[in-house]
Amino acid sequence: MNVIETEGLTRVFTGRPERGNRLRRSRHVAVDDLDLTVEAGESVGYIGANGAGKSTTIKMLVGILVPTSGTVTTMGLHPLKQRRVLARRIGVVFGQRSQLWWDLPVRESFSILAAIHSLTAADERARTAELVEMLEMGEFLATPVRQLSLGQRMRAEVAAALLHRPDLVILDEPTIGLDVLSKQRLREFLVAQRREHGTTLLLTTHDMGDVERLCDRVLVVDHGRLAFDGTLDGLARTVGARRELVVDLAAASPDLVDVDGAEHVRSDSGGLRQRLAFDPQRTTAARVLAAISERAEVLDLSIEEPDIEDVVREIYRATR
Amino acid sequence: MGEPEAGSPARGRQTLRAYRAVVASRARSQASHRASFRMDLVGALFVGLIEFGEIWVLYSATDQIGGFTLAQIMLVFGLSDLAFSLADLVAGHCDNLPVYVRAGTLDVFFLRPQPVLAQLVTSDLSLRRIGRCLVGATSLTVGLVLNDIDWTVGTVGLLVLALACGFVIFTAQFVTAAGLQFFLVNGAEMTNAFVYGGRYAATQPPSVWPRSLLVVFGVIFPVAFAAFLPVSTLLGAPGVAGLPGWLGWCAPVAALWAVGVAALSWRWGLRHYRGAGG
Repeated sequence: MNVIETEGLTRVFTGRPERGNRLRRSRHVAVDDLDLTVEAGESVGYIGANGAGKSTTIKMLVGILVPTSGTVTTMGLHPLKQRRVLARRIGVVFGQRSQLWWDLPVRESFSILAAIHSLTAADERARTAELVEMLEMGEFLATPVRQLSLGQRMRAEVAAALLHRPDLVILDEPTIGLDVLSKQRLREFLVAQRREHGTTLLLTTHDMGDVERLCDRVLVVDHGRLAFDGTLDGLARTVGARRELVVDLAAASPDLVDVDGAEHVRSDSGGLRQRLAFDPQRTTAARVLAAISERAEVLDLSIEEPDIEDVVREIYRATR
Repeated sequence: MGEPEAGSPARGRQTLRAYRAVVASRARSQASHRASFRMDLVGALFVGLIEFGEIWVLYSATDQIGGFTLAQIMLVFGLSDLAFSLADLVAGHCDNLPVYVRAGTLDVFFLRPQPVLAQLVTSDLSLRRIGRCLVGATSLTVGLVLNDIDWTVGTVGLLVLALACGFVIFTAQFVTAAGLQFFLVNGAEMTNAFVYGGRYAATQPPSVWPRSLLVVFGVIFPVAFAAFLPVSTLLGAPGVAGLPGWLGWCAPVAALWAVGVAALSWRWGLRHYRGAGG
């Protein structure tokens, strides 16, 4: 069964401009003729630059916004006409907006949501216990939401969205602002949920790590249009996702331009810090480092994953 | 998971459980800040007293306004203020809508299997407004004692009807205002004019109003039906010239009209928010 199906989905925003001719309406196409199919059990990363139309698409999928034209079906339901039935079958996390009650302890938010989704008392107990254990929320269950750290709150948000065991989970920037450990914990949880319940995942993110660890399919949108639809490997092949090695040198050195298998990107502080890009398919970080060490003394180093903005920019460039 | 049929008793129980859970949590959270709750309560009581004081000052200069004595107007004030305060308690926080829109909380309402308006109404319960109810209830009681009322089943029925309809009319005003807020993101000032202006108007004898105000608060926002017209009928007092004495019994019609206007305004506003035009 297709969990999500859109055909020619389009959303145009009209508004009056702040300045200039206020009689002429401005027109902004946020989502442009989007055809999209997501099957049950898939895990899809939905990425694109800010303002590319990701959130607008999600709002139409869940029945908040009305499409300007085209059709959308979620879980085989019409999101606008059957919003309330749909709400029982999907879980949504908007990273920026909370669905918890800020002045209540986390535990109470869960029991209100259990009542909202008509869970039985036994079901509520079992599911809450499961989520508390998997997301390690025991220590802050009695803490009012307003006192939680960002990482704790995000875990509570995800638990709140998954309490009623939705078949489809949509996450909008779930890891934004989280530290490495919190991100890792959240990703492991989502992977486990998929494995155990066959949950379908759709997530937007700015973190390439989310996509690499969670998604088996990637969609890239650009100006409301689908610019790429394929696997992560396919994406890497298309844009040649390169890693960057950043080295701090003991003394200012000329640009390291002739390192085998790596390309010099930039030098800072008069050559004290240099960045070299390499393709992990062709060489390794160790080989690049060895080559640099022959030329200069390396004090410190770090490896940077490809930035999702860069990946998106590459895709945009390739498809225009 | 089996979904009970819409309208079935099981479905009704589920719905009630959801609202009870939300509202009970609101009450608990307010009770947990006792000192601030007590101050709010006293503050609301003072606001009510000052509003009554205003009328008292007017009557210290004259014996009658629009053919109504102080004792009679206390009945009007008590009835309308009690109805308004109860509506305020239940639905007054609907004017938080622009805050919910800006913070994105409203989107969260769309993700839950309850009507958006029901969630907005149950999103808060301002218990401190009980202070206001006390002022209205006291004035109503005093008014009932001071006036020479012929106590029959009809009189009691008329009073209960007026209070219930007044509550519905004022609640509908709050919802109408909320629906309009979707268009006027900073429009609380404008909608307050008829919500709170309507409350004020309802405590006054409309016989002194100009015709334009009669149309606004007698017909469009029918607050005259919340207290003045039923009290006129009750006391056999002179109502508005040219209108029949039994008009006080028509409060349910006014309430129905107000609910209709509120439903239209809310649906229209929600359509606008979702971008379906309107």
